[in-house]
Amino acid sequence: MSDTTLTADAADTATAPLLDVDHLTIKFGGVVALDDVTFDIKPGEILGLIGPNGAGKTTAFNVITGVYQATSGTITFDGTVLRKKKRYQITKLGIARTFQNIRLFPSMTALDNVLVGADAHSKVGILRAIFRTPYFRRTERESKEEARRLLKFVGVDGRADEFSTNLSYGDQRRLEIARALATKPKLICLDEPAAGFNPAEKQKLMQLIRDIRDAGNTVLLVEHDMKLVMGVCDRVVVLEFGKKIAEGTPAEIQNDPAVIAAYLGVEEEDVDDAS
Amino acid sequence: MTRFSEFLTNTGDRIGDRVHPIGVALGRKPIKIPLIVLGVLLVFALPILNPPFISTPDSDFPNVLFTVTIYAIVAVGLNIVTGYAGLLDLGYVGFYATGAYVVGLLTAYHFAWPFLLVLPIAMAVTLVTGVLLGAPTLRVRGDYLAIVTLGFGEIIRITIRNTEWLGGTGGIKAIPAPQSVGAPDGLFAIPHLAWEGLTPLVNLNRETKFLVFGVLDATPYFWLALVALIVVIFVERLVKTSRVGRMWEATREDEDAAEIMGVPTFKFKLLAFASGAFIGGLAGALFAAKAGYINPISFPANLSMLFVAAVVIGGSGNRWGAIIGAVIVAYLPERFRELEDFRLWFFGIALVLIVSFRPQGLFPNYSARRAKRSARQAAKEAHAEVPVV
Amino acid sequence: MDFSFLFDNFVELTVTGLVLGSVYALIALGYTLVYGVLQLINFAHADVFMWGTFVVAWLFILLGANSTGTLLTALPFLLLALVVAASTSGGLAMLVERVAYRRLVRKRALSYIILISAIGASFVLSETMGIRDRIVGAISGLLNGIAGLFGGSVDLTRLFADYLNNPRGPTRLPFEIQPTTLFMIGDFRVRDTDVTVIVAALIMMIGLDFFIRRTRLGREIRAVAQDPEAAALMGANSTSVVSKTFLIGGIMAGVAAVLFMIKTGQTSFDIGVVLGIKAFTAAVLGGIGNLRGALLGGLLLGIAENYGSALFGTQWKDVVAFVLLVLILLVRPNGLLGQSLGRARA
Repeated sequence: MSDTTLTADAADTATAPLLDVDHLTIKFGGVVALDDVTFDIKPGEILGLIGPNGAGKTTAFNVITGVYQATSGTITFDGTVLRKKKRYQITKLGIARTFQNIRLFPSMTALDNVLVGADAHSKVGILRAIFRTPYFRRTERESKEEARRLLKFVGVDGRADEFSTNLSYGDQRRLEIARALATKPKLICLDEPAAGFNPAEKQKLMQLIRDIRDAGNTVLLVEHDMKLVMGVCDRVVVLEFGKKIAEGTPAEIQNDPAVIAAYLGVEEEDVDDAS
Repeated sequence: MTRFSEFLTNTGDRIGDRVHPIGVALGRKPIKIPLIVLGVLLVFALPILNPPFISTPDSDFPNVLFTVTIYAIVAVGLNIVTGYAGLLDLGYVGFYATGAYVVGLLTAYHFAWPFLLVLPIAMAVTLVTGVLLGAPTLRVRGDYLAIVTLGFGEIIRITIRNTEWLGGTGGIKAIPAPQSVGAPDGLFAIPHLAWEGLTPLVNLNRETKFLVFGVLDATPYFWLALVALIVVIFVERLVKTSRVGRMWEATREDEDAAEIMGVPTFKFKLLAFASGAFIGGLAGALFAAKAGYINPISFPANLSMLFVAAVVIGGSGNRWGAIIGAVIVAYLPERFRELEDFRLWFFGIALVLIVSFRPQGLFPNYSARRAKRSARQAAKEAHAEVPVV
Repeated sequence: MDFSFLFDNFVELTVTGLVLGSVYALIALGYTLVYGVLQLINFAHADVFMWGTFVVAWLFILLGANSTGTLLTALPFLLLALVVAASTSGGLAMLVERVAYRRLVRKRALSYIILISAIGASFVLSETMGIRDRIVGAISGLLNGIAGLFGGSVDLTRLFADYLNNPRGPTRLPFEIQPTTLFMIGDFRVRDTDVTVIVAALIMMIGLDFFIRRTRLGREIRAVAQDPEAAALMGANSTSVVSKTFLIGGIMAGVAAVLFMIKTGQTSFDIGVVLGIKAFTAAVLGGIGNLRGALLGGLLLGIAENYGSALFGTQWKDVVAFVLLVLILLVRPNGLLGQSLGRARA
């Protein structure tokens, strides 16, 4: 049972932020994708990153998860500055993500997909595999148990031995989340997890996101669906043309004139609905 | 042309669907293990049995069996590199040559060490070569990687040819055979069979002395190579069904996503490459021990292409497919000697056709097949559920 | 390392290097054009060149041109050979594209998968030449069987004996070209054959450059190279443009074949493999996808090979190309002049 207001207050009494994005700028050739963006994510909160198309949300997402390198500015995660880190090192530090256009491993089963994530922290190499050492057997067993648990957590456990391409769209999205969770992250970044969902599935997803947070994770969410964002996020950061134009609780954001201006063309009733 | 390709795929799949339940039944443990043991014994007995249609009339059958087994070892190794990790290696002959030359150098050319001691050394040296070659190369994009490996293979060959210390153009002669047991007449002698039509006769002129590695009889070498192949398959299977195998698969399926899920993709690509080298060295070492004489001409770039052809035609990503590919590439030209000149020509055509119409090979990745089969079954069930109006 | 040999024969090594390099450059054009447009390595290109060389030899055999003479006396045959070889190689190149690549490119197959198809095509081309006696024999047998039904007989192997002999060995140009000295540089005689090769290659290169920059097809090629989808929207028919790109590459290879035969006078079914790698090296050295790069790369490679064999011995000559290839791909894959025809390497 989570009381969102209580949790928001607890986060406000400044524990050190889990992720600290400080004056982040990214330029691609002549194009400035992110311009001096600063925000942070506190442990245990669900932060939404929104903005009109082209605002730089995906770029920010990609820098945090190590896909792009920042042109200037720093990102500090859990005390460590993320600079020139390889992507798998960032995963090991505790940042996981899903993809906007679902990138599961097609010819591997659902269970295997999650296992790849669970393997992230394992030290099994070729020798341990050949000789089936006790460490190997233990980690295999534990990983498989954890993988099945995660499949159940996201609601895909019935299809564990199916190939990921054969799963329904919704199951694939949930599977991706399970795979990301398997890497034992502290921060999980969800890239438009509700794309293509109907309202009922979106409700289930919102509950899942809350469950993920309640299980001890911190969530960064990029999403277009305002209802979902306002309904599940503790705080929201709004980007436009690569700059941060607003930051605050969902209620504050909805009434922020800059945000409303950025979304000019959004129907009045949609903005109201999201409260 | 798409219809033709679909037709090929569909027919293959339909045959597979029919055969599958039989496979499942046979796969049950109590049936499976005795079957496997029986099968293995049968393979060992092949040179002795000399069966009518399988035996090669125009070539020494045990010799052919040996070559096929060596190619099978190579195929399993190359399959790890190309099939599992998705790295096209056009210079695999370099590893093969390294294994052979280490054996030649240490058992004959510079020293006279026994084969069984030199074998692991040859494999270790080839492993190191693989790591040294792979480290700079594996960062490079797919087709460039292939060309670089081709270049390296040729550099190895030409360097060997030009360096007297490595044998030079003359090569290395008088490479001794592995240590025999009970030489010179062996512990016992096993006569081969000869066939008149379908009647087997015992051919006392053709005997295999157990276990004497001589010059005339290829059978003991075949058995040695077969043991090596079985060990390689066994170990490879252990690796493939572990975290290592999963990471290889993930890397091949979507390298970027894999890395983001915590897979140190470069390390695993290098591991695959080095494993392939290790196995290639084994094959080369066995080849040298039997051949007795090696020179640079035995290791041309064409041979790398033939190895790749074996894996691609047989089915890359599937060790059994790769082995079948090796059998096709090494056995068929010997069985149909009249067509041996056409060998490369046929394989060229086969490569173009297979890559265009059935790129997964004749016997594709097992899990891909299972994936498609369960998809087809799911589709059938969905159809069945819809009431016919 | 024998520096004295290098210095003593510097001019000769350089000039012969340029001559050989010109041939490399022309072949390299085929690789660079195709890579620029499709991002694929046309492994079979050098075998298309090899076929061109055989067509030249066969033409001379056919016309009975089997004496000795100067370049000038051979000229009419050579010009005819130019047309025939260019057409043959051009046509073969288009055929390879149609059979080995088109489907895979449409399916957006991975680059190394397409390379496997290319290797297969390369084998088919080279082996067809290498077992031509067997193939013709097989066809002849078939036709003979059919003819036999009508009481006739066919023996193609005897008919074409002159073209089929020694299939796996060298085939010489029956006409021996005696080079005449045009001028001297120091001790070194610069021959008409050398100058012809270099000048001819330069002319082809300039012509091609002009063609790519000024003609409509050239623009279409550049458009497809840079952005196939946009090019399609602008009305460029990719399939036809790609096919013509292969044709142009093949024509260049055909010209290279004639020049090669002028210079070396003999060929063999398996010259494709090594020459192909060298020409590809030249293409990458200059910058794959870059036409001028192909010229620069070819000339540089020719000279480097000669210097290398002077310094280290001729047995190391081929290694020069391989080592350069490996170094470039690892250290500076964009080559000396970088890419210009199409997109940057992924």
